[in-house]
Amino acid sequence: MIKRIPVFAVALVGLAFIALPIVAVFARLSLRGISSSIVTDALVVSLKTTFVAQALVLAVGTPMAYVLATHRFRGRSLVVTLVELPIVLPPAVAGIGLLAAFGRFGLLHTGLPFTQAAVVVAVAFVSGPLYVRQAIAAFEGVDETLVAASRTLGAGRTKTFFRVVVPLARGGLGAGEALAFARGLGEFGATIMFAGSLQGVTQTLPLAVYAEFAVDFHTAVALGGLLVLVSALLLLTLKWLASSSTSAFRFALSTSS
Amino acid sequence: MARLLLDFSVPLRAFDLELTLPVERTVALVGPSGAGKTSVLRVVAGLLQPARGGVSLGGAPWDALPPEERSVGFVFQDYALFPHMSVRANVAYAGPVGDLLERFRIAHLADARPRELSGGERQRVALARALARNPAVLLLDEPLAALDAHTKSEVRGELHDLLRDLALPTLLVTHDYEDAASLADEVGVLVDGRLRQLAAPAELVARPSDAFVASFTGANLLRGRARRGDLTEIVLESGERVFSTDEGDGEVGVVVYPWEISLARAHADDADSALNVIRGEIGSVVEVGNRVRVRIGPVTAEVTASSAERLALAGGGIAYATFKATGTRLVPL
Repeated sequence: MIKRIPVFAVALVGLAFIALPIVAVFARLSLRGISSSIVTDALVVSLKTTFVAQALVLAVGTPMAYVLATHRFRGRSLVVTLVELPIVLPPAVAGIGLLAAFGRFGLLHTGLPFTQAAVVVAVAFVSGPLYVRQAIAAFEGVDETLVAASRTLGAGRTKTFFRVVVPLARGGLGAGEALAFARGLGEFGATIMFAGSLQGVTQTLPLAVYAEFAVDFHTAVALGGLLVLVSALLLLTLKWLASSSTSAFRFALSTSS
Repeated sequence: MARLLLDFSVPLRAFDLELTLPVERTVALVGPSGAGKTSVLRVVAGLLQPARGGVSLGGAPWDALPPEERSVGFVFQDYALFPHMSVRANVAYAGPVGDLLERFRIAHLADARPRELSGGERQRVALARALARNPAVLLLDEPLAALDAHTKSEVRGELHDLLRDLALPTLLVTHDYEDAASLADEVGVLVDGRLRQLAAPAELVARPSDAFVASFTGANLLRGRARRGDLTEIVLESGERVFSTDEGDGEVGVVVYPWEISLARAHADDADSALNVIRGEIGSVVEVGNRVRVRIGPVTAEVTASSAERLALAGGGIAYATFKATGTRLVPL
């Protein structure tokens, strides 16, 4: 019969389990690894494609989420489910789907696969729904009376959207975009199938880690260290935003991940 | 001053809202909640599309105009101040601020956020903001409902003066008849989407069109059966008899206002037939300012605080409520 569960010991084991791989990456880090051109190339490709993809996600996802949040129509929940589907889709299915749509033998028959643009498309497809889902919730949370008040005060739809709706939804929008950004940065499966892993063109940081670990362990560890740093920076920014922003932001963060 | 004309119908959840209403000065729409009052304001502001008809100002139809192009100042029930903007930014959102902050005594709050303000202050910000775009029409949705009783009487006085000075066609909506009567030139009673009666407050009290209007304006309503005679004699449901100078026949409602009723502890036997007497147990006794509202059996009477004390009403027991036949109105049920 157990008299007392050793909670502190269990907690310590769990903590060590989580911390060990992260610490190990930095313990095995060497200068030789960091100076490799593979690392700088992958960093440039990752940053470039992530920023372009997230710009697209924001530009298309924001109006899309607003329409879905403010309109009630038949089949709406079906459309929302469709939008959310890529979140739970296995990345390999996302990759084969993109090929089937845009590939050489695909429905649209484009020359998109295995270009840098293909990385952007894969990242946007996989990460965009995370932002849109959160943005719909954020827009639904904006008090309709305030929108109506803005209109009666002489503001058209556009002014109302940018001066009232977006500022009031900004907490949820920020949280959704942070999640999409993190998901996009770590994207692996769909990218490798749809865009390949060509150094300096389509090889992002996660792809480079995979390509190097069998060839040059030092470079793979350096790439890993870089990803840990960028991810940690992102997480800290998120927490800082959450503590300095509205409660809606904290709510969005706690319910979404 | 251009006249605002409402003539439309809107299907609402439980009934159709049908309204034809000219607004020249201040018109108050009163009625129970869910009567469609707020929907009327939303149609005028362009936030709700009527199925038929619409709104015009000075003969110019507004039907094709989106909300932002209709010259209305809309004060929402909970004021709908933008929480992410300062008081000054809220007012400036609608138009030039000018001396509005000073006029509404909110200049010292210019940099405050709405959540830091009291109810009365929020209401003044909402009014200043509604007026910043120089509207041709003013719409007020329950302007006093969000205020506590103490602030309310003060704000009511201020609002009355403001509406008089602005002299705009104003449509205000309230569930409180006293607010309506003290602020508006005309009061419309809206029930289930239909206007039951539109009249000056004094006229509404003097000649209520039906039982609902009468009880909504604060009158006692006694049900009974009327028989024509020199004076109309009504046998109440309780079996007591009262007389009215109004003519009526069959099932009627006897309308008598609380201030027409006087109270006594003993029944005067030599009463003439034109004096109605109702005997009853003293129920609730509530002080309202320098008056006291007393429930005697089926009726509510309003007497001065001093006579309430002289009659020792707070002690309970039996009392007699008396009112003249000329102080009653008969309405159809």
